[in-house]
Amino acid sequence: MKITRRQLLILLPATAVAWDSILAGTPETSPNYKLTEHWWGMLVDISKCIGCGNCVRACSTENDVPEGYFRTWVERYHVSDYDLADPVVDSPDGGMNGFPPIPERGGKNFFVPKMCNHCADSPCTQVCPVGATFITPDGVVLVDKKYCIGCRYCIQACPYGCRFLNPKTQTAEKCTLCYHRITKGLTTACCEACPTGARQLADLKNPNDPIHAFLRTHTVQVLKPYMATGAKLFYNDLDGSVR
Amino acid sequence: MNRFKDAEHLLRVVAVFAVGILIFVVLRAFLVPRSFGEYGHYRGNAITEMAGQPLAFAGNESCETCHTDVVAVKTGGKHAGVHCEACHGALGKHADDPGTVQPPKLDTAVLCVRCHGVNGARPKDFPQVVAAEHSAGLSCETCHQPHNPMKGLGAKP
Repeated sequence: MKITRRQLLILLPATAVAWDSILAGTPETSPNYKLTEHWWGMLVDISKCIGCGNCVRACSTENDVPEGYFRTWVERYHVSDYDLADPVVDSPDGGMNGFPPIPERGGKNFFVPKMCNHCADSPCTQVCPVGATFITPDGVVLVDKKYCIGCRYCIQACPYGCRFLNPKTQTAEKCTLCYHRITKGLTTACCEACPTGARQLADLKNPNDPIHAFLRTHTVQVLKPYMATGAKLFYNDLDGSVR
Repeated sequence: MNRFKDAEHLLRVVAVFAVGILIFVVLRAFLVPRSFGEYGHYRGNAITEMAGQPLAFAGNESCETCHTDVVAVKTGGKHAGVHCEACHGALGKHADDPGTVQPPKLDTAVLCVRCHGVNGARPKDFPQVVAAEHSAGLSCETCHQPHNPMKGLGAKP
């Protein structure tokens, strides 16, 4: 194909206009939501988790998570009386279809729901070479899938194993804390579907959020505090054996 | 004067660099999205794009605006705190268009056991049954109204 000088001169401004609209991006969708007025986290009460798998299914439905991958999952822990440092953990299909009953084996048995900790000092955002993953001003760690080059650095960097490479888009994917829901005043899909209230969305900047009273009156921990990630996924009743 | 005998060469190098830098600056202005750096080292518009994802779950509040009769049944019962979509599934489409999109029929034989089947890792104070022994083959709703499961049944045996 041959392009004449005249055609090129017509094409160039047209391309510039098209590119300009791509750069401008999509318009604001939640005009009443102010980024600086929130600081999101989540509370997980292990003593309330019954391992029904509702959260895993809800997350999958809400966010169209590819089959075999999980943005949130539930682990079943079995800590023998004599081997506290070496728990037996299983999570068939991420707990999506519940957990098969197991014969009585003594020890301590409990469920641990897991997901992105939305760390304030997140290792995954620090390693991204292109600025595709970041923490928003309201404290949610997100992936810009238009910018992600699929290098997998962030997947290796996450100490909690919360990221995966979407096999279709070949971009990194993770829990968004249902950003499209919380910015509209709704709770996350996993919290919405949790029948026992074991998961609670928490806005740490909102003085009226019940999280503050809960944190004051309970022995709440985060996973791997020694990694200094500033994790904001708070666990109540967390056993020392949980990794 | 002798020292700058070959100044022409140097000027040429400077000119090449200047043109290179100019091309870089012009290309950069075109290629870097305008919202990049708005909040940090990332594309600011990515935040609004994320917020624009469609909803699957309607949220408990929108269920309760119409289904006040069910809210009345649930009130005071064991399932008062359980959100509608925990059992009924994601019904955002039904909430958007209640007339045409009807929620699917539920199977209590699957749903009840999902939470109340015996599992050693469940909290000990959470009500759990071995379905086959507990109901002798009857379906759960023969005795239990799912929205208020212990209503009219008195204390737990």
